[in-house]
Amino acid sequence: MVEMIGAEAVIEALKRENVSVVFGIPGGANLPIYDALYSSGIRSILCRHEQSAAHMADGYARASGKVGVCMATSGPGATNLVTGIATAYMDSSPIVAITGQVPRAMIGKDAFQEVDIIGITTAITKYTFQPMRAEEIPSDIKKAFYIASTGRPGPVLVDIPKDVQQEKANMIFPDKVTIRGYRPVVTPHPLQVEKAVDLLLSAERPVLWGGGGVNLSNAHEPFRKIAELLMAPVVTTLIGKGAFPENHPLALGPIGMHGTAEANRIVLETDCLLSVGVRFSDRSTGRFDAFCPDAKIIHIDIDPSEIGKNKRVHLPIVGDAKVTLEQIYERLKSKIVEQRNDSPWLRRVEEVREEVRRNAKLDGSNRLMSVQIIKKIRQLLPPEGILATEVGKHQMFAEIHYKVVRPRTWITSTGLGTMGFGFPASIGAKVAKPDVPVVDLAGDGSFCMTENSLAVCVEEGIPVIVVIMDNRSLGMVEQWQRIFYNRRYSSVKFGSTPDFVRLAESYGAVGIRAHTLEEFEKAFNHALLSEVATVIDVPIDPEEDVYPFVPPGAGLKDILYGPNG
Amino acid sequence: MSESYILSTIVENKPGVLFKASNMFRRRGFNIESITVGPIEQPGLSKMTIVVNGDESTVEQLVKQLAKLIDVIKIVRLEAKNSVVRELALIKVNASDQKARADLMNYVQIFRGKVVDVGEETMTIEVTGAPDKIDAFIKILTSFGIRDISRTGITAIARG
Repeated sequence: MVEMIGAEAVIEALKRENVSVVFGIPGGANLPIYDALYSSGIRSILCRHEQSAAHMADGYARASGKVGVCMATSGPGATNLVTGIATAYMDSSPIVAITGQVPRAMIGKDAFQEVDIIGITTAITKYTFQPMRAEEIPSDIKKAFYIASTGRPGPVLVDIPKDVQQEKANMIFPDKVTIRGYRPVVTPHPLQVEKAVDLLLSAERPVLWGGGGVNLSNAHEPFRKIAELLMAPVVTTLIGKGAFPENHPLALGPIGMHGTAEANRIVLETDCLLSVGVRFSDRSTGRFDAFCPDAKIIHIDIDPSEIGKNKRVHLPIVGDAKVTLEQIYERLKSKIVEQRNDSPWLRRVEEVREEVRRNAKLDGSNRLMSVQIIKKIRQLLPPEGILATEVGKHQMFAEIHYKVVRPRTWITSTGLGTMGFGFPASIGAKVAKPDVPVVDLAGDGSFCMTENSLAVCVEEGIPVIVVIMDNRSLGMVEQWQRIFYNRRYSSVKFGSTPDFVRLAESYGAVGIRAHTLEEFEKAFNHALLSEVATVIDVPIDPEEDVYPFVPPGAGLKDILYGPNG
Repeated sequence: MSESYILSTIVENKPGVLFKASNMFRRRGFNIESITVGPIEQPGLSKMTIVVNGDESTVEQLVKQLAKLIDVIKIVRLEAKNSVVRELALIKVNASDQKARADLMNYVQIFRGKVVDVGEETMTIEVTGAPDKIDAFIKILTSFGIRDISRTGITAIARG
């Protein structure tokens, strides 16, 4: 038992969770915490907006697999975190947000900078805590990290009234916590595993479908080994990119609205779909009833509520992806006598690939500047290099054309689709992996939403590279207005945008404009060696649209290859 | 097919638990008929009895979403035929003349209710039972003129 004030207990508890960095902004209601942080040895990164602080914690978590921590004061500080927390929630990213709250006696009195952040974030967090006595802080923080990082990961908020931060108490720091209403099922039911093995063995046209859950549970190895054992083609979701090396001969890329043509076509032909850590999002499946109607669907997820939520499946398996896939792999291996290197199914996959390759409409996309830039980034970035994206056309181009080859090197907001996420997330990733180059692929619309984090990059010496696909427009919306609203461009074209080169320079970062692919290559190579952050502005024709495209509400088979179908 | 399901759940007895549950119902669009909460014999725990209307798959999804809430410890789906289901209603009716009062006393006896308050122009009746019995009682009282009704929503327990 140690006597200290609540704020010191917060910092001590963070140290015990091996937290080495926090992202945040101080204010009236979290001054005691920031005072305790001052001499703690934990790196405090001063953000310029709390939304970015949450995204940085999120990016840190996605790149490292560890819990990211962000901090904000009460009221507007806390509400500014909301978009970042919701982004982490939708993509199951483990972050702990610690907010200051007005003193206990002021709660409920509409005090200055008081907001009910527990009420606001209940629907977008895994859990919330509000310690009302200082001695509750050590176990609440311990539980927050435990809940955020286990089971299906997600954000947890700890809201601490200012006078609780200041209150002295005898603190007990538990080594372990148990929560009676929270026991994630890690080990799958053996009977379900057996059934999955039987289904996979009797399938003629198996497909593996990997989602964010494969990345979160680090299940890449057994996932790949099962694919290779069955010689089954592999598709992913958007967030599942990296679940399987996309340069592997069995990789078809992501399915969905802007998935690859071959992935979308092959997944519809399967008779057995092994879905791992996916949530059957409408953006991935298209119309639910038209998705794999003839296939036996096996669904592995650690969150039982995901099973049957959007689509009825034949075989649900609740368990950790890695543990479950390892068990399936071992059983499969013992049952397969002879591995097939050739099958009618693989020949069919090759046939579809060949057709897609020959499709003249798709060939055109390779001439687009957007696509050439993305392919150039892949060429220049080492395999372990991390690419974060914003949200919009550049993201969808990257979904199709950027090949992710290593786990945790692809960071993108998929569930919430948050513009402005990529840049701060890339900063968080770079903090987690300082020795690896980190790129934020951005659009000018997204970048403008959180560009003030450039100040953080310069101040903290975090040399991320921002590549702006600059089309002076909210490009994705513009594309939809072009296709579905007869070119009535309603509030999508920016009449004024900053000169991003001078903007970067004004923050003390490097700004370069690249008009050609050659100029871009030079700029990017320069940026890879730079010790300060670099912004590369690439002017892009706003009419460079993303295809193939499955229109909203359509089935995956109704894929559009170009503006005329 | 849409029907009523009764979920008997054990939850942590602490502030915000009812909010977390009802907020989830609202967000996911579940149609809740009633929720009752009360403490149970183990300290720190409460029982939340939820009646929900929906089809089998809706209720299955609701149970999973409920189980996902960290403050929810246990959920039991009660089958109507294997459980005791009760609701309490307080009904204030017009009863200004002697005849009405006599008639009311008769009905109260038949339905095994209790007169719990008498005013100059009203009587307040307490009745307990399965919801359909209470519905039937209320229907009969309508002819007297009902001033106010308070129903608790149902609570239930498994038989045996």
